[in-house]
Amino acid sequence: MKFTRRSRPSRSRRSHIAPDWPARFRVRAEACRHTALQHFYSKGTAAPETPLAETPFAALDLETTGLDPDQHGIVSLGVVPFRLERIHCRQGRYWVVRPRRDLATGSVMIHRLTHARVSDAPDLEEVLAELLASLAGRVVVVHYRGIERRFLRRAVTERWGEPLEFPVVDTMEIEARLHRGVGRSRAVRWFRKFMGGQSVSLRLAASRARYHLPDYAPHHAFTDALASAELLQAQVAHHFSPDTPISKLWC
Amino acid sequence: MEIEQVEIFEHLRQHPPFSLLSDECVQEVAGDVEVAYFRAGSPILSFGDEVKDLYFIRSGSVEIYRRDGELYNRLGEGEIFGQLALMTGKQARFPVHALEDTLIYFIPESRFFRLFDEQEAFADFVEVEDRTRMRQAWSNRQQANPLMTTRVERLVHRGPVLVSADVPVQEAAARLVDEGISAVMVIAGHPSGKGETNDLRHPELVGILTHSDLARRVVAEGLDLQTPVGEVMSRDVASVQKDSFLFEALMAMLQNNIHHLPVLDRMRPVGMIDLADVVGHETQNSLFVVRNIFLKESVEGLKSLWPDVEGCFVRMINEDANSHMIGSAISVIGRSFKQRLIELAMEQLGEAPVPFCLLALGSMARDEQFLNSDQDNALILSDDFDPDQHGAYFEALAHFVCDGLAEIGYRYCSGDIMATNSKWRQPLQVWRKTFAEWIVKPRSEALLNSSIFFDLDGAAGDVRMADELRSEMVEQAAQSREFLGCMAANAQSRTPPLGFFKDFVLEKSGKHERTLNLKGRGTAPLVDVIRVHALAAGSQACNSFSRLEDVRAAGFLTSGMADDLRDALEFIAIVRARRQSIAVEEGRRPNNHVDPDLLSSLDRRSLKDAFKVLSTAQNFLKFRYRP
Repeated sequence: MKFTRRSRPSRSRRSHIAPDWPARFRVRAEACRHTALQHFYSKGTAAPETPLAETPFAALDLETTGLDPDQHGIVSLGVVPFRLERIHCRQGRYWVVRPRRDLATGSVMIHRLTHARVSDAPDLEEVLAELLASLAGRVVVVHYRGIERRFLRRAVTERWGEPLEFPVVDTMEIEARLHRGVGRSRAVRWFRKFMGGQSVSLRLAASRARYHLPDYAPHHAFTDALASAELLQAQVAHHFSPDTPISKLWC
Repeated sequence: MEIEQVEIFEHLRQHPPFSLLSDECVQEVAGDVEVAYFRAGSPILSFGDEVKDLYFIRSGSVEIYRRDGELYNRLGEGEIFGQLALMTGKQARFPVHALEDTLIYFIPESRFFRLFDEQEAFADFVEVEDRTRMRQAWSNRQQANPLMTTRVERLVHRGPVLVSADVPVQEAAARLVDEGISAVMVIAGHPSGKGETNDLRHPELVGILTHSDLARRVVAEGLDLQTPVGEVMSRDVASVQKDSFLFEALMAMLQNNIHHLPVLDRMRPVGMIDLADVVGHETQNSLFVVRNIFLKESVEGLKSLWPDVEGCFVRMINEDANSHMIGSAISVIGRSFKQRLIELAMEQLGEAPVPFCLLALGSMARDEQFLNSDQDNALILSDDFDPDQHGAYFEALAHFVCDGLAEIGYRYCSGDIMATNSKWRQPLQVWRKTFAEWIVKPRSEALLNSSIFFDLDGAAGDVRMADELRSEMVEQAAQSREFLGCMAANAQSRTPPLGFFKDFVLEKSGKHERTLNLKGRGTAPLVDVIRVHALAAGSQACNSFSRLEDVRAAGFLTSGMADDLRDALEFIAIVRARRQSIAVEEGRRPNNHVDPDLLSSLDRRSLKDAFKVLSTAQNFLKFRYRP
């Protein structure tokens, strides 16, 4: 069997060119007015060369009423702080909030939250400071940054009129990289062959199953955050090393 | 109630020891959990690591090794490890690594110790480690009382001293003096008539010659010193197998009123033990019951010993005897009652007109009898039996024995498998035909009611008839695929009560509602399974543990399967025995049922393991003996 080695620029390579996050944080810390944001930015973030084993992480999951930050709102949030070595549930947080936009009936079923539970809940603004405090100083881990980062950004802009930005490690992006293009190792090529060339599902549950992680019931923000944290542990155990610098993974 | 760690909570609460705790308590535990992922092959704990958590396997599996590299245990989803290190030195003694990709939930030591201090069920559970607890429960018991567990061969300090039956008695006496012993074993004479004794490959034990034989039969009678040993020796002597327990040897000595006992390895003599060897190991109790049985002069007298039988049973439980010892002791007592009843019957009815053998069937034959036992017996009569001439005698004999047994405390057999039933009081040749029919033209239904006939042993009278019948039966049985298939099918008819904790399958009818039948759903089907393998392997043994050894030796079961079956049988049997012992102590009638709520969590968990073994073994039968 012959493999031709070709280096080709790919879409996901671009995602590797991440901003200089510590510098960004310093700038933002100077510029922002809201105290919660000042706290958040002044805590800084890991230096790009920090090994994964020493990086403080926080897995984050949002349950929303839909996929579009312009039309839909946040219903619940889960945060699970962890390190590569251990996930600490005790420090985890979970909030239910009242979305400013209509609660579509369809997603109510999905989130297993009743109207009553949600309509009694506080506005996101009331938990935002707490949320940012639990993320401060940590690299946020999500499964599909298209939701978490965008919704949070939008929510902060809407309420405080200021931008929010932070580095994330996207476990879905990592899976996509492994299965769709960049840095194909022999194992990955084999894996693709083994999968019969079919497209690999990148959803959280399917990704977890590839690492023999157990099935968790989806759509609970805390559980999904925990599930993402475990997935990152598994991805690192299989494809990276505790010494890999965080800059390899964040974006 | 809403909690954040709902996934962790839901999984923990399904598995002991957490399933033994209240939901509130498990929620607190779930809140403390820490998580880590281990890729297949990676180390989880290394030797000497400080252990700060209890490890709960959420998914995957791990292997635990001894430091010498020997596999110690393999654990899977829902199982825990690290508890011993937590409770003792806090350092990992055995390295652990992930066998598959594994997700571990860690329960921090602070939470562990709170649970340990506050939750009795939790403490009970974790005090015995993982899947070895069944085995450990047994081996602890064995260590607990060395007196009861010493094997006879341990007391055999020298090779066998053998003399040929045709050597002059003076030569044998000289041998006794030379060897400084008080008895020798006598083996069948050399065909040449010459007293060759040394290099016989298959010496056949025909008797023993003791000091007292020399005194009583030679000196007192003034016999010629050239008289062959065979003419003055003690014949038909009792003997024990080298792997018997010491107390079995003592029983045999007391029962036969002898001081010397040849020790055999199957048929081959390997040495002798005498009473002096074992006085230091005197185990009291059950031995005296047996002795007293032979001192009683009436059925009433025998009946008066029943409280002693129960007391002996309770004492053995309290002394942590294992089920094999208890079963043997109670069976020997049962046989002694039968023997004494036959003797008393003969005092009334006169000597038997033709030879006969009173059979022990079922649990007594297997040496697995506990309290609350039916009397299952039958009579083999000599082929010289003439119904017109001798029928009345044996009918009377049977009634005397069976009524006597009932009077003493052994219930009449509900299936009417008793010598009083003329169907089960037959000449040897009729028995042969009956067995041949069962085996050659097997019908499941007929066999279902007669499986206890395949546990058959002579209890009184001419026990050689029983041996003969059994060895013929075993030979035929091993060769009949159809018969084994029927027996195997029957052995699957009584399923174990799996679905243990929450969905306990309980007896649905009768006064034992909401209880678990340890015999009917546990030991009895296990014995059935073992019997099928034993018959297939041509084992002559009746005892289930001995049968398992034969089956293992014959390669019909892997060592692992045989070990599992042995441990499962031992465990269920001992739980059953303990329940009976408690009943006796509380003045209730012992039975085979247990209320699951009265069991410790440890017992429940181990019972579940044991029932799983049974279920697996029954499934294995299904394809192993497809008719």
